[in-house]
Amino acid sequence: MPSLPISGEVERTFRDAHGQAVATLVRVFGDIDLAEDAVQDAFVVASERWPRDGLPPNPAGWIVTTARRRAIDVLRRAERGDQLNVELAIGAAGDSYPSEEEILQDDQLRLMFTCCHPSLRTEHQVALTLRLLGGLTVEEVAQSFLVSEHAMAKRLVRAKYKIKAARIPYRVPTGAELPDRLRAVLSVVYLIYNTGADGEGRDALRADAIRLGRSLADLMPDEPEVSGLLALMLLNESRMPARGSNGAVILLSEQDRTRWDRNLIAEGQAIVRSCIRRGQPGPYQLQAAIQAVHCHAQTYEDTDWRQIVTIYDQLVEVSPTPVVALNRAIAVGETEGAGAALALLDGLGAQLSDYHLLHAARGTMLRRLDQATAARDAFARALDLATTETDRSFLARQIDSLAV
Amino acid sequence: MSQYLLATYVVEGEAPSGPSSPEEMQAAMQRLIALEAEMEETGSFVFGGGLHGADAATVVGVEEGEVLLTDGPFAEAKEHIAGFYIINAPDLDAALEWAGKVAKTINRRIEVRPFAATGKVADHMDQMS
Repeated sequence: MPSLPISGEVERTFRDAHGQAVATLVRVFGDIDLAEDAVQDAFVVASERWPRDGLPPNPAGWIVTTARRRAIDVLRRAERGDQLNVELAIGAAGDSYPSEEEILQDDQLRLMFTCCHPSLRTEHQVALTLRLLGGLTVEEVAQSFLVSEHAMAKRLVRAKYKIKAARIPYRVPTGAELPDRLRAVLSVVYLIYNTGADGEGRDALRADAIRLGRSLADLMPDEPEVSGLLALMLLNESRMPARGSNGAVILLSEQDRTRWDRNLIAEGQAIVRSCIRRGQPGPYQLQAAIQAVHCHAQTYEDTDWRQIVTIYDQLVEVSPTPVVALNRAIAVGETEGAGAALALLDGLGAQLSDYHLLHAARGTMLRRLDQATAARDAFARALDLATTETDRSFLARQIDSLAV
Repeated sequence: MSQYLLATYVVEGEAPSGPSSPEEMQAAMQRLIALEAEMEETGSFVFGGGLHGADAATVVGVEEGEVLLTDGPFAEAKEHIAGFYIINAPDLDAALEWAGKVAKTINRRIEVRPFAATGKVADHMDQMS
């Protein structure tokens, strides 16, 4: 791609238009590969023209029209059987650019549910979502998940093969089906966000996840959990500038709160408030509410831990997992003291014995109780179990600080 | 309309966890009969059957032009196909719904696999020409 001054804007437009364009073409042609290739070709044409002629008034529409023509060319040249599809597409394409309305917003939602279909394994769901809706190149998706481009390309081919062969439907599920299916979509988006928060050079993934979260929230305004997930990501993101660079972890208690992003906080908190008014709490909304309380506190000491524990109590009810119980125990450490927290943590020992954060939390509570040796042992166990470099260096520093 | 294979497997040497009393057996059969009737009414049922055990299987191969028989099943696996349905379904979601009903009724895991083609090869040749 030529590096002209406009290229940043072109690239942003590409990413924004990619999901819409692929989704529209999948509806028109019923074939993901054809849609993907045609959109790719349209982007190549755009990358030559736009820097020279400027952005067209309706970039997404331009991409869709150009891609649609490309796809028709490909179909004609290949003389692929499905005559009906070709005729339909030619009839619909015409000569004029489609207006915004012709790009059905629902298409993106359909494609999202197809990519996150529960019959596909999670890593395939994530790869498809980033490639087709996020508009990342295969190379970019591969880098994000630390696999070779070849391996990622194979993964995508396999996933698309299954969609086609097994006829995974291209539609938004309704009724009783929707809650489970929506949960799968939301967990893919949040997984993308967390992958971006975990390790260096992956910041773009967080932006991708937030972008996906925003379009989901626009497309499904009646689903409070969709808004909850967006709020959760925005509030987590607001603290990123204070989180430390070079893979260092700076704890919430030690962060420079003036570096938090006030705009993201205001946006996230507004969503949390509207969720509370709706009164249909769910796991993402409650996690967002907890983050909203943290973001509200001017200093660590100002944190309203009682309210946080209350929200955790609700979260345990809707999402009774040991990890939620672990986080609740840490909050209890702030309201009832380290002894109470330690008792709760020990109760989770059997379920989370191999989870490094359980041992890290035990270490923290033991240190507060002045049991230095036991604290060091707990941090050492956490260090053994930790997998990311960020966590390992943080834990090693805790052990050092407890050295006698 | 696509066709899907809904297959169930048994693990070698593992006693099937079937109904314990004749009454339970009767009830389970009634549920299965009702499910198959539902498949039939909706035009979903194509074919179904239960298979004899893997010990009853013979593999037929060809070596240097000669047919060669081997006693036993195809795969040297612990799991062997035990029975299956072939159903008509518009898409995977519909097939998965039937598979869920079958799994609940017979209390077994079901593999859902799409057919790439069904019927006689000659029929497909006609379509292609």
